[in-house]
Amino acid sequence: MYGFLIAIGILLLLSIVWMVYRIQTLVTVVKGSDKKIASGSNKVNAFLFVAFMVVFGALMTWYSIKEFDNYQLPIGSEHGVITDRLFWITMAVTGVVFIITHILLFWFPYKYQYDEKRKAAFFPHNNRLEVIWTVVPAVVLALLVISGWKAWSDITGPAPENAHVVEIMGYQFAWEVRYPGMDNVLGEYDYRLINATNVSGVDFSDKNSFDDFNTPIVVIPKGEPVIFKIRARDVLHSVFAPHMRLKMDAVPGMPTRFWFTATKTTEEMRAELNDPEFEYEIACTEVCGRGHFSMRKVITVVEPAEYKKWLAEQKPYIVNNPSLVADLPTELKELAEISISENK
Amino acid sequence: MATAQSALHSATAHDDHEHHDNFITKYIFSTDHKMIGKQFLVTGIFWALIGGFLSVLFRLQLGFPEMDMSFLKPILGGWIDDTGALNPEFYLALVTMHGTIMVFFVLTAGLSGTFSNFLIPLQIGARDMASGFMNMLSYWFFFISGVIMFISLFLETGPAAGGWVVYPPLSALEQAIPGSGMGMTLWLIAMTFFIASSLLGGINYITTVINLRTKGMSFSKLPLTIWSFFLTAVIGLLSFPVLFAAALLLVFDRSFGTSFYLSDIYIGGEALSNTGGSAVLYQHLFWFLGHPEVYIVLLPALGITSEVIATNSRKPIFGYKAMIISMLGITILSFVVWAHHMFVSGLNPFLGSIFMFLTLIIAIPSAVKVFNYLTTLWRGNLIFTPAMLFSIGLVSFFISGGLTGIFLGNSAIDIQLHDTYFVVAHFHLVMGSASFFGLMAGVYHWFPKMFGRMMDAKLGYIHFWLTFIGVYLVFFPMHYIGIAGFPRRYYTWTNFEFSSMYTDLNMFISIAAILTFVAQFIFLFNFFYSMYRGRKASLNPWRSNTLEWTTPLHPGHGNWPGEIPSVYRWPYDYSKPGAKEDFIMQTVPLSATPESNLPHEQELVKLEKEIISEEEEVLIANESRES
Repeated sequence: MYGFLIAIGILLLLSIVWMVYRIQTLVTVVKGSDKKIASGSNKVNAFLFVAFMVVFGALMTWYSIKEFDNYQLPIGSEHGVITDRLFWITMAVTGVVFIITHILLFWFPYKYQYDEKRKAAFFPHNNRLEVIWTVVPAVVLALLVISGWKAWSDITGPAPENAHVVEIMGYQFAWEVRYPGMDNVLGEYDYRLINATNVSGVDFSDKNSFDDFNTPIVVIPKGEPVIFKIRARDVLHSVFAPHMRLKMDAVPGMPTRFWFTATKTTEEMRAELNDPEFEYEIACTEVCGRGHFSMRKVITVVEPAEYKKWLAEQKPYIVNNPSLVADLPTELKELAEISISENK
Repeated sequence: MATAQSALHSATAHDDHEHHDNFITKYIFSTDHKMIGKQFLVTGIFWALIGGFLSVLFRLQLGFPEMDMSFLKPILGGWIDDTGALNPEFYLALVTMHGTIMVFFVLTAGLSGTFSNFLIPLQIGARDMASGFMNMLSYWFFFISGVIMFISLFLETGPAAGGWVVYPPLSALEQAIPGSGMGMTLWLIAMTFFIASSLLGGINYITTVINLRTKGMSFSKLPLTIWSFFLTAVIGLLSFPVLFAAALLLVFDRSFGTSFYLSDIYIGGEALSNTGGSAVLYQHLFWFLGHPEVYIVLLPALGITSEVIATNSRKPIFGYKAMIISMLGITILSFVVWAHHMFVSGLNPFLGSIFMFLTLIIAIPSAVKVFNYLTTLWRGNLIFTPAMLFSIGLVSFFISGGLTGIFLGNSAIDIQLHDTYFVVAHFHLVMGSASFFGLMAGVYHWFPKMFGRMMDAKLGYIHFWLTFIGVYLVFFPMHYIGIAGFPRRYYTWTNFEFSSMYTDLNMFISIAAILTFVAQFIFLFNFFYSMYRGRKASLNPWRSNTLEWTTPLHPGHGNWPGEIPSVYRWPYDYSKPGAKEDFIMQTVPLSATPESNLPHEQELVKLEKEIISEEEEVLIANESRES
């Protein structure tokens, strides 16, 4: 019944619009404004451009200021300060260009709207102008690129020797986090070793893997470099830690990495934002299937001393599940068992 | 009533001329470039509606995540579950198909296909394309491609769902997402036909522009529209085969067990045997087309805008040569910037630096174009036809979206912004909306030439303002969401604390998007109604200079009855000092306008006289043969 009423309503509305349209057309014909080069609508359109500019400019300014704290995420890493500065410098430069060009673009239509008595200026070219607006953008862009390039080289350069290693492996639809243990060296892995008890495919015939362990959250120390070793098990994923200004694809068959230094512990950030619930998060930013939108992982940043303590408390894979080393050759198995007893 | 009768009259008169055509050869398997152009246009409009409708569906999900969508069951069936929620996999299919359809079917075929076909012969003074048959094949390959893509929408496992870039392994493995089964197979077949169509069209456009220009139509006298179509075709010809290669290797990986893109994969409880492939290889191949594709979509729109802005400013386009040089620059540079889509793909950071430099260089010709448009408006005598409004709108989008490209092209800043809504905002403005506005400007401007009738200007104004404001309301807020780090292709953002805000803004965007979509029906009505009932057009309604306006109201096969007119001047002699009218058509010899000639043109008059005398000889020879 409602559907029927709605349909009738729409029909009525359409027929009214139709009538208005026909009347309007006839009025135009009677007035003969369709014969004119520029009818009264020309003035209206010219005015609307200016009106649009004013209204939209005001809305943009108001919203940009009002929402600043919402869209500007707090920064949790050293390089994030640099990339954000670049971002805002670029915003300032492009913002000026945006405003000037749009003032011209919307004001010219108003100023130079059609007038029968006037003739447009015949101004086909001017080499000096062309040179100016080729060279000026080139110089400005060069400055932006060079500063961007310096930041990029620093960020993507080799990680410091002492960086704490954390492996993050993406799979449908979660992240698996593996730590190298006390030796700070991850054990080898092979995707063919993956099964229900060994989701990362760790190769336990590599001694470095004996002290490897996994955790439900990523814990890292503040002020010390950390390197994420990133890989994927099935399809592409991408590690995105928005507060750390960190993003790197996880590619099956091609390990990637990203190193950074956190600047504020989770506690400090909570105090600063006055938000006791705050957590650093990792999300996936490469479409990976049904659960793409739900690959959440928490990063907890702690003081270095606390980190050391936490690290010592963790139990390696093989301690939690000795069956992982059950099939190893005798010699290795003995080593593994020593390691298990040490770590218990 | 009078208009209706005269319409009827002209239609029959028209048929008398075309008596050798039956319905099938005239409207379906036509080899006439004008009809093929219209076929591309109508098909493009059909696809734009589908693509737009898909975006309405996923905007409903994003704006109103809690909404009960059961009312969509009649069309979406099982994709809406019992609680009225949209299936997340189908959500991905929606964004994938929206992207594919809009980029390829609407803005490549609908824009390039329509206007390259329709305008190249008319504006360069040719009877038809170099190969009418190939041209017809080009349309029908596109049609088949569309049919296959359309069928894939109705598969039980859904259409392709790995994003419009269809990165493997997601697109290669059915286990990863159901859309990568039959849906992806059909996507690949459809794209193969599409590539064939683009190549057939492109070869034709290039050949026609090079070989079939009328007497006097040197490259330095070509309208900028033709320059843009020509360069677009060159880009397409060089880049589409690479997409074909990428697709072919993907077909092999999917169906024949090769490992071009696949390596070390454990999925669905088993380790696959593929090893040694590189998923990043696909990205290189894809973006080698994918980035030039942006310019394939954009250049024709810029060409159309140049023409429309010059005509309606009653002023020569400022910096004709600079415009051509920037388009050439864009054409060349478009092939060496592709990896800026891959800064965080695991690409060697050094390569990233190289591509950052190259990418920001391409901003320079783009900036030059914008400044030239602005200077063309300056001290003009502006007539706001709907086409003019859409062209000004295009310039606005081109600026807004282009400037955000400077952020994204900077690899250090891109780390944070990559694959967020900032990117979505950027390309929808600079490539999507700008090109769409170019398409609209073209339709409003050349409608009188296509159908011999005028579209209603007032409806055009309403359409423009609703769309222009709508587009900004949809895409401008996305910048804020993007800066806040909201990732693309998310079904919902509530799983994360950092993105659990802006539900109001997303709702606002969705409402704006739906209203903007609805506003397009004003255009649809105007388009189809005017086709049959619109006011009859005069021969040169915009008082424009280019050759197409010298043809009869309904140009038949061959475009011009009798000889093709010769060209004596560039296409932008608007408001020339000394001239009586504020425009001088390209067919008016310099010798006929001594009052307005510039000093260097006065010297050309002599040369011109030779051409005219040659022509007269031809005419006399023809007449004596006939008698």
